[in-house]
Amino acid sequence: MRTRQTGNLKKLSAPLVSSVSFLIVLAGAALMILPFLWMLSTSLKPEAKVFASPPQWIPDPIQWSNFSKSLSVLPFGVYYRNTVIITAATILGDVLTAALVAYGFARFRFPGRNALFVLVLSTIMLPVQVMIIPRFILFKELRWIDTFIPIILPAFLGGSAFYIFLLRQFFLTIPRELDDAAKIDGLGTLGVFSRIMLPLSKPSLAIVAIFSFLYNWNDFFSPLIFLNSESKYTLALGLNFLKGHFFSTVSLLMAAAVLAMVPCLLLFFVAQKYFIQGVVFTGVKG
Amino acid sequence: MTSSERVARAPRVSGRIARSGRIARKEAISGYLFISPWLVGFLVLFAGPIVASLLLSFCQWDIMSPLKWVGMANYERLIRDELFWQSLKVTGLFTLLDVPLCLFLGIGVALLMNQKVPGLSFFRTVYYLPSVVSGVAVSLLWIWIYNPDHGLLNNFLRNVGIQGPQWLQDPRWALLALVGVSVWQVGGTMIIYLAGIQGIPTQLFEAARIDGANRGQILFKITLPMLTPVIFYNMVVGIIKSLQTFTEVYVMTGGGPNNATLFYMLNLYRNAFKWFKMGYASSLAWILFLLILVCTLFLLRSSSSWVYYESETRGG
Repeated sequence: MRTRQTGNLKKLSAPLVSSVSFLIVLAGAALMILPFLWMLSTSLKPEAKVFASPPQWIPDPIQWSNFSKSLSVLPFGVYYRNTVIITAATILGDVLTAALVAYGFARFRFPGRNALFVLVLSTIMLPVQVMIIPRFILFKELRWIDTFIPIILPAFLGGSAFYIFLLRQFFLTIPRELDDAAKIDGLGTLGVFSRIMLPLSKPSLAIVAIFSFLYNWNDFFSPLIFLNSESKYTLALGLNFLKGHFFSTVSLLMAAAVLAMVPCLLLFFVAQKYFIQGVVFTGVKG
Repeated sequence: MTSSERVARAPRVSGRIARSGRIARKEAISGYLFISPWLVGFLVLFAGPIVASLLLSFCQWDIMSPLKWVGMANYERLIRDELFWQSLKVTGLFTLLDVPLCLFLGIGVALLMNQKVPGLSFFRTVYYLPSVVSGVAVSLLWIWIYNPDHGLLNNFLRNVGIQGPQWLQDPRWALLALVGVSVWQVGGTMIIYLAGIQGIPTQLFEAARIDGANRGQILFKITLPMLTPVIFYNMVVGIIKSLQTFTEVYVMTGGGPNNATLFYMLNLYRNAFKWFKMGYASSLAWILFLLILVCTLFLLRSSSSWVYYESETRGG
């Protein structure tokens, strides 16, 4: 009798545990998603309805014009253009140079290689902010303040150590025999790199491009330091500017925030596979 | 390139050793060429600035007037500067709250999801979603959520009969409110833990179950020990990230109220780029550099006693 009961209990407990887990996970998921819905809902309301109590989740009437209005209060078209230019250039720099450098560390033997790679890794720990004052002075001396160069250039000089690390780990998994075979077929070092390694590592390059996009699209610190005139503003600076603006209202702010987030969210839904892979690869294998 | 390589490959009479020396040299040169973008970047954007900021930290400089060597004066001022200590306290407190909280929640949710929860990939997406967005847009969203009168949070609390605090305007709650935003983005670390758990060889669990281990024993004797490398990685990343906290504070609270959220980076930014005390701000940057160095070394040292690597040679 007793044994049968505990047996039953055991059989019962597995589904019970998993359904309790399910409920907790579900509740957590709601907490994750609610702020987005709240933002979207506010962005579609006439300002008068924003402060209604209790809050109205489904806007009535739906005011689409908030989006166009939020774009016209400030020259957001210019901010978008600037952000796209900076982001595109930094992605190019990050992917290209991180691949070159990672390939150098993965495939060639040279004196000091391991020590240098440790240096690469140690710069991961070093936030940009620590070096920002001398960098600012340097770029000021070069008369590059209020241009995009100080923001774009670092991407072409090794990009982020994190990307180098990620790509090196990936290159190490590609068998060396492939390089050798290609060399026998007459490809030079650069040929092996561009015709064999790069095509083989498209998924990893995509991961680097995605991380680079997210970082640079949202980056606030570098534009804040290096850009002054409004015509150079990025989206992040523009959003912050809008916050203190005379004409800004909550619904306009939320509409602008939605528009700034949409590219990131779209990218996430399109390239979700790479996101998960990238995060997992760096976290688990790193 | 191709032809020269063919030449190098061609057999020579000069002997094996000389040839292998030449090939090695050629390989080394190629290697240096490939890593040269990073080398230049490291010298110009990392090493140079670190040394320069050390020198600057012994000077007084407002960019306009010439540099003046003041010796240790900046560091002496720093020790007596209440704002410096306040910023250190705020940043430290935030780190002590945020890192463990994200660790427990991240592992907790990952463990729950690992219980064969239906719709796993859907949930993974939803939990990761907040980590995709960041910066000013997220800060604006949370300012609105924390709005004392009409925000989502206090509206909800009112529904369950609680009068919510002023959040970002209340010195006692502002820092916690910022921790809240960070916890909302816990999904980024959660999926790393989830992958870590799923990467543990299943025969370990089977063997434990055959030996009669219960859930608790499996969790503490197998899952968590096997997860320690991932925990270590997330801790290091988490600490560095919280030491750098800037955008959210700048946009959401501006360091207030009453300096309750004066993070280290905000204090540094103000000294350097609002008040143009480049020398003093450089001493702040160097102290931060040393702090990060000490934290990292401490973590690395401690890791040998609690991080379990199945075998040192496995993996990258």
